[in-house]
Amino acid sequence: MAAGVAAWLPFARAAAIGWMPVANCPMPLAPTDKNKRQDELIILNVSGRRFQTWRTTLERYPDTLLGSTEKEFFFNEDTKEYFFDRDPEVFRCILNFYRTGKLHYPRYECISAYDEELAFYGILPEIIGDCCYEEYKDRKRENAERLMDDNDSENNQEGSMPSLNFRETMWRAFENPHTSTLALVFYYVTGFFIAVSVITNVVETVPCGTVPGNKELPCGERYAVAFFCLDTACVMIFTVEYLLRLFAAPSRYRFMRSVMSIIDVVAIMPYYIGLVMTDNEDVSGAFVTLRVFRVFRIFKFSRHSQGLRILGYTLKSCASELGFLLFSLTMAIIIFATVMFYAEKGSSASKFTSIPASFWYTIVTMTTLGYGDMVPKTIAGKIFGSICSLSGVLVIALPVPVIVSNFSRIYHQNQRADKRRAQKKARLARIRVAKTGSSNAYLHSKRNGLLNEALELTGSTDDEQHISKSTSLIESQHHHLLHCLEKTTNHEFIDEQLFEQNCMDSSMQNYPSTRSPSLSSQQGLTTSCCSRRNKKTTHLPNSSVPATRLRSMQELSTIHIQCSEQPSLTTSRSSLNMKSDDGLRPNCKASQITTAIISIPTPPVLTPEGESRPPPGSPSHATNISTASSNIVKVSAL
Amino acid sequence: MEMATVRHRPEALEQLEAQSKFTKKELQVLYRGFKNECPSGIVNEETFKEIYSQFFPQGDSTTYAHFLFNAFDTDHNGSVSFEDFIRGLSILLRGTVQEKLNWAFNLYDINKDGYITKEEMLDIMKAIYDMMGKCTYPVVKEDAPRQHVETFFQKMDKNKDGVVTIDEFIESCQKDENIMRSMQLFENVI
Repeated sequence: MAAGVAAWLPFARAAAIGWMPVANCPMPLAPTDKNKRQDELIILNVSGRRFQTWRTTLERYPDTLLGSTEKEFFFNEDTKEYFFDRDPEVFRCILNFYRTGKLHYPRYECISAYDEELAFYGILPEIIGDCCYEEYKDRKRENAERLMDDNDSENNQEGSMPSLNFRETMWRAFENPHTSTLALVFYYVTGFFIAVSVITNVVETVPCGTVPGNKELPCGERYAVAFFCLDTACVMIFTVEYLLRLFAAPSRYRFMRSVMSIIDVVAIMPYYIGLVMTDNEDVSGAFVTLRVFRVFRIFKFSRHSQGLRILGYTLKSCASELGFLLFSLTMAIIIFATVMFYAEKGSSASKFTSIPASFWYTIVTMTTLGYGDMVPKTIAGKIFGSICSLSGVLVIALPVPVIVSNFSRIYHQNQRADKRRAQKKARLARIRVAKTGSSNAYLHSKRNGLLNEALELTGSTDDEQHISKSTSLIESQHHHLLHCLEKTTNHEFIDEQLFEQNCMDSSMQNYPSTRSPSLSSQQGLTTSCCSRRNKKTTHLPNSSVPATRLRSMQELSTIHIQCSEQPSLTTSRSSLNMKSDDGLRPNCKASQITTAIISIPTPPVLTPEGESRPPPGSPSHATNISTASSNIVKVSAL
Repeated sequence: MEMATVRHRPEALEQLEAQSKFTKKELQVLYRGFKNECPSGIVNEETFKEIYSQFFPQGDSTTYAHFLFNAFDTDHNGSVSFEDFIRGLSILLRGTVQEKLNWAFNLYDINKDGYITKEEMLDIMKAIYDMMGKCTYPVVKEDAPRQHVETFFQKMDKNKDGVVTIDEFIESCQKDENIMRSMQLFENVI
């Protein structure tokens, strides 16, 4: 719970009076403020700069240095102030944390110095407020990377690598060519062969010289064998490289799905397919088409060039923008093509034979290319043609700078959006954790509260102090407030796992006996707790004994559920047996069994149940009953 | 971007001390806490709901906070100033039992017409049960609020006319020892 909101706790508690007339059960007692003293100003002297604040401000966070008694170590008797020999600039942030409940990270501060100060004052960095959290995390990550780089370079200089196995070394060599000379050599060799392969593809089609018969042949057919050998060599190198990468990849499945490996495969496939199907007339047409895919080898360069990769990525991220642009262009093209077609329809021997045929004219005109293979002949056609070319200038020229700026904007935006999305998940998780932490704290303290009251009964006070030390006054007041709400509605808070278990059990089990607790929760509990209050004044009338016993057993079985987290009840009587038999915390056990005895006016009823603990001594029995019945309201009223 | 620079300065300390039943020191402590959370000096409903929901992490306390806000905002201007805050707290923490019951009646009477109808009570009850959330033992049934309202009306509605007036309410509460005792529960909150 934020510290600032803690100041509103008195208001929330006062407003709880609104539940009182509605509740059917008595409310639990409020926690008392045992050491309520006047709030005083304390002086914190940090390297000469004096800060002053209220004592209660610091005590909001009792598990930090300033909020606990640890600060007494720094108390200076002569000047009656707390002296800290630390950085006063950072202390300002720390003190503001106590005041506002939000910890901020000043940007000018060095991250490691800040971390040290936080550690000194016992404050966890996770509670840095949302406004400064991203900055803090970024700086921390940079710092960690810097440290890692330092470590790496240290390691490299020493020459001692951590024991990577052969496979990991190979993978590292592939990914970072500058790590070893062998990797560098491999990198350059593959690059060279990619270039060779691409150039051969290109040169293959150049006509070089004539052959007797006056036919011009492309080089590929003239020197077929040479080109074939070159191609084979390149493909062999590529195949070897692909197989090596496949072997070295840490996750083969993920590697096979990656874009680069698909490019590799597409680059070498045509060759093998060509080997397999040679001189087959039917598929030779398809085979020729396959050779086109050899040009994909040029994309293998993107492994060698960072810039290509970035370009590919930005194109991918701008895809929607480009798509929209294409769509609007298509609209314009269709409009003008239709217009031109109908305008030129009248003229004879017009090249505008159909609307799709006019597409070509429109595109050529709008991009201001103007090949001249199709020209309008009618006057209307010429008018619309000129409108088309003028609008083409506008339509084409305008989006290009927009696309360019879009690229850079989207690129940066994408980076920031991804960052924010990752942090949003973390932020929501933190909020959820804080919420569950708060509710868990209450559930935890309820169980502890049982222990507390049990210990009060058995009279051991030092344990009680030990347990109550962990909750501050504000926490206990908050828990009391939640407790009052439980009493108002006659339902209890439980944690999620217990809830799910209950749901599962209620759907699985057939439980006539467990239905009784739920019934009693509606009517029995209300009457039982109220009647028990009457019991206090009327000294345990015998007539209500059996009913009380049943109800108290159900009450105790409720306690049993909470204590041991076993939701399955068979019969209420056996649950009492279960409780005495299973090895729970001995204090818990003792508490319930002792109360059971006291709440039942006739102890012999229970002793046959295997109860081995003797009831408290008989002279004090009468007083015990009266005190116990007042305690009953406390303990079983859960 | 518009920032509402509404500021509110409360009346002087002496005046507030005269109007409420708090001592000067208590008023000081209360004001410091109030101003810390709302530096502008007034609380609007959103902030109120946010603050109140921090105390009930498991359920949804917005509806109840809405009713509570209306109970505190006595002049119905949409915001709770420090004076409204003190006025309410003075009744709740230092008022007589009669005044406290009056305040509770005012809370339940949503349309402030002097009668609590079953529908109003059902709204209030549902809001209270919402604060419990989902993970409860035993599980909150669909008609639990309605049953609770029935119990309430059985107890409070003396002449069985379907509404509870302020006199019926105060009379029935004074007869119930539980309620009387729980009214004194938060005496030492400040």
